[in-house]
Amino acid sequence: MLKEEKYQKLKEIIKIYLPEDVAITDIEQESHFMNDLNINSANLVDIVLDVEDAFDIRLENEDMEKMQTVNDAMAIIDTKLFEK
Amino acid sequence: MNRRVVITGLGVCAPNGVGLTDFTNALLDGKSGLRHQPNLEKLGFGCQVAGEPLVKDKLIDNYFTPLERRGLNATGIVYGVIAGMDAWKDAGLEKNTTDEPSWDRGIIFGTGILGVDKFREAIHLIDEGNVRRLGSTSVIQTMASGISAYLGGLLGCGNQVTTNSAACTTGTEGILMAYDRISQGKAEIMLTGSCSDSGPYVWGGFDAMRILPRGYNDNPTKASRPMSATAGGFIPGSGAGALVLESLESAEKRGAHIYAEVLGGEINSGGQIGQGSMTAPNSMAVQRCIRNAVTNAGIKSSDIDVINGHLTATFKDGLEIENWSKALGRAHEDFPYINSFKGSVGHCLAAAGSIESVASILQFKEQVVFKNVNCEDIHPEISKLISDSCIPRKTKKHASKVIAKASFGFGDVNACVIFKAFTKE
Repeated sequence: MLKEEKYQKLKEIIKIYLPEDVAITDIEQESHFMNDLNINSANLVDIVLDVEDAFDIRLENEDMEKMQTVNDAMAIIDTKLFEK
Repeated sequence: MNRRVVITGLGVCAPNGVGLTDFTNALLDGKSGLRHQPNLEKLGFGCQVAGEPLVKDKLIDNYFTPLERRGLNATGIVYGVIAGMDAWKDAGLEKNTTDEPSWDRGIIFGTGILGVDKFREAIHLIDEGNVRRLGSTSVIQTMASGISAYLGGLLGCGNQVTTNSAACTTGTEGILMAYDRISQGKAEIMLTGSCSDSGPYVWGGFDAMRILPRGYNDNPTKASRPMSATAGGFIPGSGAGALVLESLESAEKRGAHIYAEVLGGEINSGGQIGQGSMTAPNSMAVQRCIRNAVTNAGIKSSDIDVINGHLTATFKDGLEIENWSKALGRAHEDFPYINSFKGSVGHCLAAAGSIESVASILQFKEQVVFKNVNCEDIHPEISKLISDSCIPRKTKKHASKVIAKASFGFGDVNACVIFKAFTKE
């Protein structure tokens, strides 16, 4: 899977969790899920589950803790896909 | 402090109509919301008839964001949010868009059990060793107060936001709790109501108790027969009703439309003593509840011209009429008009009190007493107590002055509320 393709797929997942005052165009690679995109911590749990389904991978608790930004998520997805 | 409290908004999501217009028309015509439920047949239920609001997907989109809709599997929340938001809008109120909670606005929205289908989903995942896959919505959809929490967030209320639960008395109890809060000056506006989930996991227990009629699976609209000689048990229903209660002061300041005044009422319990049990009412307590409601409302029993009973269509209907008659000291021709909406909506359990209160109050607006359905054959025990003319079998033109509404529930709990046509003085 190309990096751009993965990024788009991730953006599609994040989109639905954005509060009203954040637009999809605000999502950048450096965006912090909670601080920049205002996603609440409860919904981060759901993003993890959606990522698991979309990429057919499994994220462990420590992966979830590391997943603070969009870049973090991309890196974790890469690692998991590589391990598969 | 004893302030006047009025009703300024109504909302409903009922088996025979979603929204005030459809619901009113259904009540005027006695249109039934009871249907044969194929899923209950498949599961081998004795009674396969039930009442479920017909909520279209497109309608749900008006109340829930795409994110809120994801994994939404709690019908009670869907019904409660539709009824609650409609009532708020009907009262001319808007969502709080400021940065500060609305301190003088609160919510008391009850339920019996919430999100049973969501809970079932969670149970399956947990039993498969997959608890990590529950996601974030499991708790908020299955906690009893999920419904008041949802509405509280949507409306930005800053006063008390809670969920009451008293079986089939829940909705009526909530109105009196909201009344107390406003009357005592602790809040200006309270959204009150109740909701009940649909489906086999809610209704199954009642089927197992063999208190639901089993002979009407092919004839669902005839199945629920309050006050009838051929009444054979109640038909379970579901849905939600909601009312906005407001201090008269606040309503007048806003120039809000006033449906009726709440004069107060009474809540009590029979202690499961004597005739009372977990499932049967203690008549001593029922009569006391009605008598105290009259006293607390500051009226005479002769002021009541319409009663909306609990009247579930079991063999206990006769006893309920006897209790009303004794408590009010009125019988035969002197008895008020009385109706039960359970003939067309079924017994909506925790939602019953609020849905039926919404219907009762619509009678002031429509200047009618809505008809009783399926009681062409009034039970002879009831005919001995009150005149048949007190039980309208056709919707009757009548400008109600005072309507008494009561609900009784498992646990031997009772609530009776008194509504009055609004006059300035």
